[in-house]
Amino acid sequence: MAEFTMPSLGADMDEGTLQEWLVRPGDEVHKGDPVAVVETAKSTIEVECFETGTIGKLLVEPGMTVPVGTALALIEAPAEKPRKQDRKQEKPRQPEKAEAKRPTRRAPQPTPTLARPEPTSVPEPPAGHEDERGHIEAGPLVRHLAERSGLDLETLKGSGPGGRVTRTDVEQAAAAAEAAAPPSRIRATPLARRLAAELDVDLTAVKGSGKGGVVRAADVRAEAPGPATTAPPGRHVTAPVRRSEGRSAAMRQAIAGLMARANRDIPHYYLSQTVDMATAMDWLHEHNRHTPVGERLLPAALLLKAAALAAREVPELNGFWTDDHFTAGDGVHLGVAVSLRGGGLVAPALRDADTLELPQLMTALKDLVARARTGRLRGSELSGPTLTVTSLGDQGVEAVFGVIYPPQVALVGFGRVVDRPCAVDGLLGVRPVVTATLSADHRATDGAVGAHYLTAVDRLLQNPEQL
Amino acid sequence: MSADGQPEKAKTTYREAMREALREALSADDRVFLMGEDVGRYGGCFGVSLGLLEEFGPERVRDTPLSESAFVGAGIGAALAGMRPIVEIMTVNFSLLALDQIVNNAATLLHMSGGQLPVPLVIRMTTGAGRQLAAQHSHSLEGWYAHIPGIRVLAPATIEDARHMLAPALAEPDPVLIFEHGSLYNAAGELSPPATAVDIDHATIRRPGTDISLITYGGSLPKALAAADELSTEGINAEVVDLRTLRPLDDEAITATVARTHRAVIVDEAWRTGSLAAEISARIAEESFYELDAPVERVCSAEVPIPYARRLEEAALPQTADIVAAAHRAVG
Repeated sequence: MAEFTMPSLGADMDEGTLQEWLVRPGDEVHKGDPVAVVETAKSTIEVECFETGTIGKLLVEPGMTVPVGTALALIEAPAEKPRKQDRKQEKPRQPEKAEAKRPTRRAPQPTPTLARPEPTSVPEPPAGHEDERGHIEAGPLVRHLAERSGLDLETLKGSGPGGRVTRTDVEQAAAAAEAAAPPSRIRATPLARRLAAELDVDLTAVKGSGKGGVVRAADVRAEAPGPATTAPPGRHVTAPVRRSEGRSAAMRQAIAGLMARANRDIPHYYLSQTVDMATAMDWLHEHNRHTPVGERLLPAALLLKAAALAAREVPELNGFWTDDHFTAGDGVHLGVAVSLRGGGLVAPALRDADTLELPQLMTALKDLVARARTGRLRGSELSGPTLTVTSLGDQGVEAVFGVIYPPQVALVGFGRVVDRPCAVDGLLGVRPVVTATLSADHRATDGAVGAHYLTAVDRLLQNPEQL
Repeated sequence: MSADGQPEKAKTTYREAMREALREALSADDRVFLMGEDVGRYGGCFGVSLGLLEEFGPERVRDTPLSESAFVGAGIGAALAGMRPIVEIMTVNFSLLALDQIVNNAATLLHMSGGQLPVPLVIRMTTGAGRQLAAQHSHSLEGWYAHIPGIRVLAPATIEDARHMLAPALAEPDPVLIFEHGSLYNAAGELSPPATAVDIDHATIRRPGTDISLITYGGSLPKALAAADELSTEGINAEVVDLRTLRPLDDEAITATVARTHRAVIVDEAWRTGSLAAEISARIAEESFYELDAPVERVCSAEVPIPYARRLEEAALPQTADIVAAAHRAVG
């Protein structure tokens, strides 16, 4: 259970007025969804939420002015994704805004405006004790403690005289919440964490069998896609082996299982398109000439951005085929196939790749590849690519026709940028070209859609400055 | 190896194997001589050099005054002058009186002379507890010596190592300290001639396994092997690694065993704080972090002067049951 709180939308803001709710109790919200309109001294702003889940109770009615940090609504976390939560005296998370400081949270002082959200007229009776005016009986110390523990007084059962909430009630509730709260970070052994990254397992979904629920290597292996290894974990090595052999064998098996399934279950169709890269390469060289070495772009950045923008144009290829129907992705999260040093492959996601500026995309790509190769990927990167791109360009082949990564419905391949004789405006010239390919799931789309996609990639690459 | 006329397999003890190694060294090289307190007439205070005085004479087997600093210093001088002395110190506790000679002279001279003055000295001493000799004769301070650059530290834990480690130690140009755990002297077994000379550069696997690594050396090896036996009855397949050489540590072997088993218990009779076990544990964290599937466990002695009373002494030292319990914690 998370709180959606009145954010601080600037260093000078210590209270805000709720203008309108954009959601109703029971609505599903995702991180980043606008949920409320808030008016500050300066402007009216749509406030996004930082949690994914279901809107529970709305605690504040439109028109009310409340201090920064006041809970506006409760958000129930989806059961399968433990919410990161820190029960220390933590400030609510901020929107991405630079700000010098926040007012510290303290018991609201009585102010001319309403300093505390009154319970709204909700159908269910609150658990706390109220008098006729709907006022919770609790002293200032208790209020302060409750606020510090992130507890809602209304949900507490009062054990004091006349149902008054006492200090003990708050402390017990805080302890209970602490115990029930999912840990702020999944506890897993270093090996388990590394295997999860390699085997593409979401740690948040793994049940830990270790001491205090620690996720161990065996738990991760049990969750890994592909055929379960017949050998019990940790016992697949009999002879002394090189350091990485055991894990690359496990990864090989996982890849084998997944790719065999993909080729068996997915009717692939393949398209290819040769893209003239002259304009793009000229633009790239020009751009790099004015850029410090560390920030220079590689052709891969242009190709990925084009692939992402084209996926936005052709959403039929950006999503998943599950239970005999297609579900569009909630954004363009481009899987980037990264080969690992010890053999094997991971395809972590560049999230919202279509929205990244080229320098950002380049940075994100370098970071992702580096972390993939050191086994430090995050769960969110491993779950949820909506479309995967493979580029064997630097290994010197002209075209790659890949196997789709289930449950995605397409895989984009880019070859190396090579100089080839080319007919341009009726003349023969030597131009840099790249072969873009598409392997797509014929259950989800037909060739025309794929063709639309590849021509979009081609068109986008002709206007590099717009990427 | 001149295991001349050794039968295929001979019944022997750790003590006799050590004596045989000394006899072989004294026979093989005129520059070798043995000196220490009671090594001659008394036959060594743990009986290791019994009979060697009669065999080699007082020039080669020399009783010394009760002054560790003096006779270790003399050994260093003899080594500098081209001899190959083997100095016996009664216990590691008393070696502290020679610490200055070992650390400030033996370990430094090659370096400080720009490579001109090697000190090819071998110092043998008894270490460890378990025989009701009380605190002043029972401590395990070999980890202190393993801290010092410029010396090599060996810990023979088996009859084979007792028999065959001395020769490579004498061949070593640097000072070598050999720690003989007092509880091992009576260990009996069959000694088969080794296929190759004992390697004093590498750790060895005394028992291969897949589920957990018990990393140990010297007097704790038998306990670790017993623990591995006990664990095997529960289906836990423990690998037992004998470090053999405490300085330089065989990093590769440690890394390799952790890569195989993903869990480690370090058994070290020294006190836990600042011990060799601590060093190994740190190295595992540095080199093998992403291989670990459980926190590293250490089984060490209680941080008290080793007690005299039998029960208390037993309680203070790492025991097989402690190793088994640590393995359980790690395997979960």
